Amino acid sequence: MGYQTVKFYQTGTYTVGNRLLAPDERSVQAGERRSNSINSGHRACQGCGEALGARYAIDAAMAESNNQLIAVNATGCLEVFSTPYPESSWQVPWIHSLFGNAPAVATGVAAAMKVKGRSEVRVVAQGGDGGTTDIGFGCLSGMFERNDDVLYICYDNEAYMNTGVQRSSATPPTARTATTMPVGKEPGNVFGQGKNVPEIAMAHGIPYVATATVADLRDLEYKVRKAMKMRGARYIQIFVPCPLGWGAASHDTIKLARLAKETGMFPVFEAEHGEVTGVLKIRNKQPIEEYLKPQKRFAHLFGKHAHPEMVAHLQAIADRNIRKYGLLDEEKVNAQ
Amino acid sequence: MPNKPFAITLKPGTSLSNLTGSWRSARPVYLDRLPPCNNACPAGENIQGWLFHAESGDYEQAWRVLTLDNPLPAVMGRVCYHPCETACNRAQLDQAVGINSVERFLGDEAIKRGWKFDKPAASTGKKVLVVGAGPSGLSAAYHLARMGHKVEIHEAGPLAGGMTRFGIPKYRLPREVLDAEVQRIVDLGVTLKLNTKVEHIAQSMKAGGFDAAFLAVGAHIGKRTMIPAGDAAHIVDAVSVLRSMEGEDKPMLGRRVVVYGGGNTAIDVARTVKRMGGEPIIVYRRTRDKAPAHDFEIEEALQEGVMVKWLSTIKQAGAGEITIERMELDDKGFPQPTGEFEKLEADSVVLALGQDVDLSLLEGVPGLEVKDGVVQVGPNMMTGATGIFAGGDMVPSERTVTVAVGHGKKAARHIDAWLRGTTYLPAPKHELAEFKNLNTWYYSDAHKTVRPMLDIIRRQTSFDEVQGGLDESNALFEARRCLSCGNCFECDNCYGVCPDNAVIKLGPGKRFEFKYDYCKGCGLCVEECPCGAIKMVPEDI
Amino acid sequence: MLKQMEGSKAVAEAVALCRPEVICAYPISPQTHIVEALGEMVKSGELQPCEFINVESEFAAMSVAIGSSAAGARSYTATASQGLLFMVEAVYNASGLGLPIVMTVANRAIGAPINIWNDHSDSISQRDSGWMQLFAETNQEAVDLHIQAFKLAEELSMPVMVCMDGFILTHAFERVDIPTQEQVDAFLPPYEPRQVLDPTDPISIGAMVGPEAFMEVRYLAHAKQLQALELIPQYAAEFKEKFGRDSGGLVRTYRTEDAETIIVAMGSVLGTIKDVVDDMRAQGHKIGVLGIISFRPFPMQQAREALQHCKRFVVVEKNLAVGLGGVLYTTLRMAVAGLKLTGYTAIAGLGGRPIPKSSLHKLFLDAEQGALEPVTFVDLDWDVVNRQLEREKQNRHSGPIAENILHAKGMSSSAKFG
Repeated sequence: MGYQTVKFYQTGTYTVGNRLLAPDERSVQAGERRSNSINSGHRACQGCGEALGARYAIDAAMAESNNQLIAVNATGCLEVFSTPYPESSWQVPWIHSLFGNAPAVATGVAAAMKVKGRSEVRVVAQGGDGGTTDIGFGCLSGMFERNDDVLYICYDNEAYMNTGVQRSSATPPTARTATTMPVGKEPGNVFGQGKNVPEIAMAHGIPYVATATVADLRDLEYKVRKAMKMRGARYIQIFVPCPLGWGAASHDTIKLARLAKETGMFPVFEAEHGEVTGVLKIRNKQPIEEYLKPQKRFAHLFGKHAHPEMVAHLQAIADRNIRKYGLLDEEKVNAQ
Repeated sequence: MPNKPFAITLKPGTSLSNLTGSWRSARPVYLDRLPPCNNACPAGENIQGWLFHAESGDYEQAWRVLTLDNPLPAVMGRVCYHPCETACNRAQLDQAVGINSVERFLGDEAIKRGWKFDKPAASTGKKVLVVGAGPSGLSAAYHLARMGHKVEIHEAGPLAGGMTRFGIPKYRLPREVLDAEVQRIVDLGVTLKLNTKVEHIAQSMKAGGFDAAFLAVGAHIGKRTMIPAGDAAHIVDAVSVLRSMEGEDKPMLGRRVVVYGGGNTAIDVARTVKRMGGEPIIVYRRTRDKAPAHDFEIEEALQEGVMVKWLSTIKQAGAGEITIERMELDDKGFPQPTGEFEKLEADSVVLALGQDVDLSLLEGVPGLEVKDGVVQVGPNMMTGATGIFAGGDMVPSERTVTVAVGHGKKAARHIDAWLRGTTYLPAPKHELAEFKNLNTWYYSDAHKTVRPMLDIIRRQTSFDEVQGGLDESNALFEARRCLSCGNCFECDNCYGVCPDNAVIKLGPGKRFEFKYDYCKGCGLCVEECPCGAIKMVPEDI
Repeated sequence: MLKQMEGSKAVAEAVALCRPEVICAYPISPQTHIVEALGEMVKSGELQPCEFINVESEFAAMSVAIGSSAAGARSYTATASQGLLFMVEAVYNASGLGLPIVMTVANRAIGAPINIWNDHSDSISQRDSGWMQLFAETNQEAVDLHIQAFKLAEELSMPVMVCMDGFILTHAFERVDIPTQEQVDAFLPPYEPRQVLDPTDPISIGAMVGPEAFMEVRYLAHAKQLQALELIPQYAAEFKEKFGRDSGGLVRTYRTEDAETIIVAMGSVLGTIKDVVDDMRAQGHKIGVLGIISFRPFPMQQAREALQHCKRFVVVEKNLAVGLGGVLYTTLRMAVAGLKLTGYTAIAGLGGRPIPKSSLHKLFLDAEQGALEPVTFVDLDWDVVNRQLEREKQNRHSGPIAENILHAKGMSSSAKFG
């Protein structure tokens, strides 16, 4: 992957910082003067992956833009927990309009900056997976197609969490949601549906598309910063576990993101102008069960009325990702 | 917010007035757990502590932290059997951190750079007699001197070092290394009197006006066993052989030398014989895995061409040959005779069956208790005689250099307290940093650095040091393999992973602090702390 | 400068004179010619600096305008009919956020059945959206209202819809006086936002507001429209002073001095009505006209004053509140509450149905004679309607109403709309 892997420094680039690294090699998040774009006092649940991912991403964008940033937010958890009257957690200029129009609003902000000759001011739009892959998809595609100068960040927690955990087109097969209950012959969300928005974004031929997780901060920051160095439409989908919606422990948020990547369930890659240019390799491949078991949304796959065939199907999806994106190093593939 | 639309538009960062800390049912707290290396170190070294400085390349500071506990890092970096590495959590990840090799590097670096100990604390006016200049005595003398006491070491032998000089061959511990570290202690103001045997402790203390004494005479008398032997049989003990290696007259053992025993001393003798051109054969009554010698030492001996007769006892020794009996282990693992005999050519037999202590200096001292050939001491290292403390091989314990150094430190602390009329209370031990407390995902994959070994021909023919040291680059690498178990190493993870920005970064060396006003108690910081330096504690609700 | 030109083109030139900085365009008849013309002006460099954005939907059009307006750019878009409905969520949002966007609505019917012709159903459907709505009677007024609309919107930080009848105005070639840039600049100051997204002074726009403050927020939007009741006549007066013609204002009366019957309407139909009124005045009828220019805010006071001395009023309206009658009539009833007035609703011109003078003449005479039902459907083909109603009574599978009607009227759908 493109971010600089530093000479061996005890934890390399895996931890947020490390006193052994030169300051310019540390992450934005390691900085005592990071912008904390979304500040304390927000009302996100304990261990919220989205709150974390948002600060990671927006702080990085702030750092790269020299704090000349305007953020647009789709309706959703992030918006609700950050700006209930009378308090806002945002320290950046921020606007929330609607659930499905964040990309278009961002286009408008970018147009305003352009027309006013303020090319130094950069625009980020952000939303959850529902706001991005479903209701906001038309506007997103329009923004992509026009190559508007907007970085769109999707915080993907794989369902409509703010409304009470309903299925979105980013919900994985078998997952329990309030609208895909674990009952019937095919419990949970069905196989064969869903939308791969990063690949759809790539099909627009936009300058930059990437996926990232809250478990790989350095990779995430590298991608945000890289995206911010470019002009035109850019898309980053960040995998942000939701303890509440997934039925997981609040302290497992990062662990689950790590497992999603290490199992191959969530391929972490980047693409420029429609072509994959890098993947974040799996360090220590894990069987899919390791990822599924800590989450109650997959509980019906195990236990008394287990569905091993569905687990196998999910494993096959992960393995396909691994093959398709080349997520394992050669020697690790051979060792399989 | 005047002039802005009411309620719809908000001031930035105003959520700070919403104290989400009230949601919490458990709070994270920073703690220092006891790293397993520190826990395992008989010398009580703060290994994680000094590696922390070595990691940043500040070798002098690392050495200074190291020598707060142990004044002999160059020696220990060679002869210590490093229980720290056995305990190292990294062994469960890939391989243990090469603590011993880094210690040696620091010790050698200190010699090379001429680093000196800090000046002692203000003089207390108290005088302490240390009997014996072995590792325990040197250690005690060093610590007492730093505490401001006047220290005299009375050493019976001609040179300081004790068993590190007279029991450990040069190829494991070059003498210039030992001399340099002894000299540094002397430079601290310790008086070292060589060839000064204390015949009677009470008299020596009175004569010299000492307020306290630390006895560390070691165990220099080779144990004998009854072997039926003819007059012509040449039977010597291992300690004598090794000691004579240090003198002018090298021992005359002949070509075929049988070494009887399975401990490290037996190995040392056999490897010494090999280097002198002899053909050593170790005879040991049990199997290799039951031998008390460290396996790597056995392995190195075998590499060098030392022969071993496992499961064998010497039944009879005669001129030029011995008779051995094959043994077999019973159900309980004890060797039992089989009645099968074999003859071996042997110009001499070296007994390496352990050592006894020369306790003659203690005669007539009231209150002293001797049991099983060693002096009994209390938890404060004081013998039954008031003001007389003892340590090292002459008290009940494992007999290693590291233990001896540890005794010296421990005794020094108690002597110091006793001299001041107080009691030394060690700080309570932190809870152990176990592997399960770590999040090892964060550590880079890094295999242990292999130290260079002398080529086999020179190992068989010279007393050159077998094991090489690390150079600066790989010492740094090795130091940075430390997982810093249980102790914050400022990786910024807690600061980074908190979704609520509820961690304050205090700056280099100052670690972090929680903002409990906002911490919701999710526990992410605990889970993602690589080294297990945070734990959750329930709130009183 | 006087020009003979299409209404859309005239509006485009007027909008361009207002120096819009961001224009969002999505095609829908009969609005399209406006943004086409603006697009050409931007692309040619005639209008600059300006970003002309071809969006993917009306929802996006309004959303882009929300973004650009919030970021301090004077923002404009135009739409009609289904397009307006498609952007409704954003329409409400723009006013909720207090963003001074100006939007032309080329009024058109709402389907189904799909119909591209004029009525007021689209704008009227947004009467409670929080936008101000100004209805143009002529193309000249459409031009002038746009210039006033930007001033009004930006002063109050609330959006304004300028409503002009689709085709009847947008596609009509008429003589229009296009003001000069200097005139417009003198009237309309540069946009100085009340709130703006700016990294040098970050604010959070678009908070979630709960029961503790929501009503106040809503009232404040209402209060702004009440302020507009003051500003609209003021700006109309200022406009007259600078441009030398009457345009805009809240209401406009015509020959109401001694009128016993007053016809109330909005938009271009006022022209036809005035012709009929002139004819009837010539015949001695005491009849006049009340034109409503500002439908939102609704000028209760001015409407009441205009009507208080008549005996009856007839509201000719191009909308149908299905199940009720006319929206404008209902509103006027509130304005004249307590006055002893007979009022009639006349639903006319839906979906582009012509409103001939003859029909109006008959309607007004019936009103004078007290022969009108409270709700009258002007030129409704009762024969067709009754036949369909009968069909439905007899046969559950009676088929699509629109198709049946076209069939009954001897028109095939493919011939008409293919």
